[in-house]
Amino acid sequence: MFRYLLRRAALTLPTFVALMFVTFVAIRLVPGDPVEVRTGERGISPERLAQFRHELGLDQPIWKQFLDYVWGILHGDFGTSLVTNEKVLTEFATLFPATIELSLAAMIFAVAIGVPAGTIAAVKRGSPFDHTVMGASVIGFSMPIFWWGLLLIMLVSERWGLTPVSGRIDLIKFYLEPTTGFLLIDSLMSDQEGAFVSALHHLVLPTIVLGTIPLAVIARITRSSMLEVLNEDYVRTARAKGLSPMRVIGLHALRNALIPVITSIGLQIGTLLAGAVLTETIFSWPGVGKWLIEGIGRRDYPALQGGIMLISSIVIIVNLSVDVLYGAINPRLRHGR
Amino acid sequence: MAADVESTLVAQAGPKGPFADFWDSFSENRGAVAGLVLLTLIAGLAIFADFVAPYSPIEQFREFSKAPPVWEDGGTWKFILGTDALGRDMLSRLIHGARVSLFIGMSVMVVSVSIGIVLGLVAAFAGGLVDTLIMRVMDLIIAVPSLVLAILVVAILGPSLTNTIVAVTVVYLPRYVRLVRASALSEIGKDYVVASRTIGVGKLRLMFVTVLPNCLAPLIVQAALGVSDAILEAAALGFLGLGAQPPIPEWGSMLADSREFIRSDPWIVTLPGLAILFTVVSINLMGDGLRDAFDPKLKRS
Repeated sequence: MFRYLLRRAALTLPTFVALMFVTFVAIRLVPGDPVEVRTGERGISPERLAQFRHELGLDQPIWKQFLDYVWGILHGDFGTSLVTNEKVLTEFATLFPATIELSLAAMIFAVAIGVPAGTIAAVKRGSPFDHTVMGASVIGFSMPIFWWGLLLIMLVSERWGLTPVSGRIDLIKFYLEPTTGFLLIDSLMSDQEGAFVSALHHLVLPTIVLGTIPLAVIARITRSSMLEVLNEDYVRTARAKGLSPMRVIGLHALRNALIPVITSIGLQIGTLLAGAVLTETIFSWPGVGKWLIEGIGRRDYPALQGGIMLISSIVIIVNLSVDVLYGAINPRLRHGR
Repeated sequence: MAADVESTLVAQAGPKGPFADFWDSFSENRGAVAGLVLLTLIAGLAIFADFVAPYSPIEQFREFSKAPPVWEDGGTWKFILGTDALGRDMLSRLIHGARVSLFIGMSVMVVSVSIGIVLGLVAAFAGGLVDTLIMRVMDLIIAVPSLVLAILVVAILGPSLTNTIVAVTVVYLPRYVRLVRASALSEIGKDYVVASRTIGVGKLRLMFVTVLPNCLAPLIVQAALGVSDAILEAAALGFLGLGAQPPIPEWGSMLADSREFIRSDPWIVTLPGLAILFTVVSINLMGDGLRDAFDPKLKRS
């Protein structure tokens, strides 16, 4: 097992190196001088300019700059934002919990509805319920989620006044010292009356929007995997033993049907993060997705470079963990090639 | 021409040809047929946009700014789906937008499938270092979340319609490369390939003429679904202001322009989104039908 883990981990090393190289090169290809971003349009004296270039390390030869960049990353230094002058890693770390909170909520939403819906659709195959679930799922994964978000804001927030339009919590009423960064937890631990409800309220629409595509995918995979499992001998045996249908489906069939579902959840982490960029932009959710988009607008290249590096590393590590976990569950994979 | 058609018809009256077989299983799936009909309609609108659309998509009727659609109070038949903030006819913009979106989707598909076929076959046939190199680069592309990567590419190249196509192509390349490589690898060991090799068929011919046709079925399905993904991705870029630039009537950027009117004039927001949704749904439905028809094992029945 340990050797398998090592081998898989070693395979991702070149990807990391390449990622560092690509982010480094890409940011230097972006038109516009980072020094200009800092100094603004008015321009500055040549001495100050030289000083800035020196501060940013831009007067070094390019290979030296790259080595410095790699060295920095290996020591946890992902650069400094041109706009806020904060360490990119610090900014990322303050914003990332918001993105995780939203993504987790979206995944929970998707699984909580998708798995039961897919299961019932499979059991009642061909019924109106089945057709509804399948139809809704096609619409779900065809959904332009930025529009879906606007539509929900228009209906639920504007017309019916049920949920807030943007943000994570009512900032006028509540102030929470970020302890965990997860507002649901922070607000529960604080003694401010209503803070938790406010945070929950703000979370509803973004969760639905970000969870829509995963929900559609999960419902579909659950259904087809369940259909396959229902034909297996062990399910027939369980039925023949006279177990109640609930027991057969819930215990014997579902447990096996869920394996592909779990794999698909792991594979959707990247999709989820990409969706988070759009969702956060629509709902002004202060996470890393919105921060990246703003970084482009402000031409904050170090922030972009570091941010993309960090997000991609997280995706690589998550995918690696899913692979390893899957290998742990399924020994056939581990001993294969 | 007529004789040709006739002879095909006669030929098909005998034992069923592969196309008839394909059509039989495709048409079994009612959703797929509906998708095909809807898509044909949208494609027709896109192709004949210049004749179908009542106005030019960029003509501004300033005195009719933000006119509501005909079924709402104050709507006129002059602008059936209303006008946007600049007084441009929504219907005309939506119809021309179909052209933009389908063009993006098809271009991305054609380019990424072509490059994907070449890289995938080369990886499969060359093996060793070349294979490792190609596949590591694909791993790298996959590691970056799709939209983030597209944004990075657009940031480097600058926002435009062409660069949207380039960005989305880069994002979707790995899936075709992986698919072609995997199916080619499973074919290479088979007898017919070994036989062709033995009788001295050249490498290029072996790759593109002997092996490739047998890898096509899954590729076609993936390519069809790829068109809809590309349309969504391009619309997302447009929505973020990083895609096609005004005044090109791209659905995503139409949505972005209209965000501020969400409260007062909802149709400006609703309609472009519906257009995206309908197009993507129709392609996905059709893709499902293709998959069922090509791969009986995956049939959901």
